[in-house]
Amino acid sequence: MDRMKQNLHQASKASYQDYFGKSISLFCASLVGMLVVAILYFVMTRGLATFTQNHISLRSFLLGQTWNPTQIGANGQPEVGALPMIVTSLAVTLLAALLATPFAVGVALFVTEIAPRRGGQLLQPMIELLVGIPSVVYGFIGLSALVPLMRHLFGGTGFGILTGTLVLFVMVLPTITSLASDSLRAVPLDYHSAALALGATRWQMLYKVVLRAALPGILTAVIFGMARAFGEALAVQMVIGNAVLMPKGWLTPTSTLTSQLTTGIGNTTLGTLPNNVLWSLALILLVMSLFFNSLVRFIGRRGRMQK
Amino acid sequence: MQTYQYDQTNICQPTLAPALATRELEVFYGDKQALFKGSLQFPKHRITALIGASGSGKSTFLRCLNRMNDRVATVKGRILYHDTDINQRQINVYQVRRQISMVFQRPNPFAKSIRENIAFALKQQGLHDRAQLAARVETSLKAAALWDEVKDELDQSALALSGGQQQRLCIARCLALAPDILLLDEPASALDPISTAKIEATLAALRHDYTIIIVTHNMQQASRIADYTAFFHLGHILEYSETEALFTRPQIKVTEDYISGNFG
Repeated sequence: MDRMKQNLHQASKASYQDYFGKSISLFCASLVGMLVVAILYFVMTRGLATFTQNHISLRSFLLGQTWNPTQIGANGQPEVGALPMIVTSLAVTLLAALLATPFAVGVALFVTEIAPRRGGQLLQPMIELLVGIPSVVYGFIGLSALVPLMRHLFGGTGFGILTGTLVLFVMVLPTITSLASDSLRAVPLDYHSAALALGATRWQMLYKVVLRAALPGILTAVIFGMARAFGEALAVQMVIGNAVLMPKGWLTPTSTLTSQLTTGIGNTTLGTLPNNVLWSLALILLVMSLFFNSLVRFIGRRGRMQK
Repeated sequence: MQTYQYDQTNICQPTLAPALATRELEVFYGDKQALFKGSLQFPKHRITALIGASGSGKSTFLRCLNRMNDRVATVKGRILYHDTDINQRQINVYQVRRQISMVFQRPNPFAKSIRENIAFALKQQGLHDRAQLAARVETSLKAAALWDEVKDELDQSALALSGGQQQRLCIARCLALAPDILLLDEPASALDPISTAKIEATLAALRHDYTIIIVTHNMQQASRIADYTAFFHLGHILEYSETEALFTRPQIKVTEDYISGNFG
């Protein structure tokens, strides 16, 4: 009896295990948290230095159209207008998403609803393979196949928004497809039978019931795709032309935020203005990815509330 | 464990005009046979209950009647509706399902508003006139005894309703199509007794205009609402007669054991 009393008050091996597991996961979680905070802090301080140390106005940075950080412009300030890059980045992202979404939803429907067996065995691994191909390979294929093709078809240099969009289209397609298939698979089977039992055809069931129910998930998939497109550097850099100029058409050489970052980062010294403005570009990228993330969360919450 | 003879059956032929009849219906899931030569006649404007233990094939049988088993199982035999065998390849299944509607075990309203849930199938058939849609929504909700509870919140999500209300919405959704026959697969098994009572009252009122076939686990429910009852056991339909007769004077030993709870 006494022994039992003693056992009840004493910590045992089980309680140490519990404590040990808790500490490990807490350690990992706080490490990741610290990393995120550190990155945010680093990019913030560097990126804001353009405005605090070099006294560039936010307006001329966001709306200026000439990019030439080593030259002093007419207004006595270095020319660091990032608008062409912002516009190009947004353009290729939106166009790629616009182009990829119908294809992705079509493939996702095929894989989940129309031919789950064949689709699952053949198409799914193929799509997953596409995700794993390094972006430099996509860029290389774009450079050696797409750019000459564009030049042949439309004239000009072959570099530009259109080529960038096409490369990004192939890159975001698997992302959107696999996430959209997941959300289609999550639609309760009850909905299928309910719609069919009401005399709906398969098309009516898919279009009016299944797709509607999966809509929040599909939107999330599209936004993840856009986030990937927006952040993609290497592949885009190889086909966009890398001239910081306002795009004047589908195929004029231009530059995205990411491509300018990778091109410029090796040619500048830390602490100088040309380096600081690159950090400001990185800050824009960070803010945009935060925006995409919160959009995903917002849609997720809306979707849950409906249910 | 007793052994029973399955070749001995007692299947009545109701004298009333049949709305639907099956002739030697057999169902196979792959190699496994789930239903053996089921021949039943369902009299018009009556409620028929299908009872039996889990796995006895009653739900499988029910799902054949509006071809919901098409993609899951092989169905052999004939299903006669308006002198037509609707278990043929060339039959328009969408038309079949509009006439022979089904309510499932778990309430399954769409993630849409109450109004849209009912209007869904009507819109699919090309009805877009707002006034007509509103009228159909109202009459079918009234027929399912749900109108008074939801008339002020027709544009709210159907998923906010209680389980019993959702199930009556599913019934209303079927009624909006003005079907001939209503198939219900254990419609009250996921519901509490009060909701169950409401569903039963709804069905009792509907039997004047519809032929109803209901699968139920609950023998009291069958004896309360059904005019005819069929007893299923291991894929065989062993007994079919008027409900009162089946429950008071079962002719087959298995039926007697099942309804008296002296089973297996």
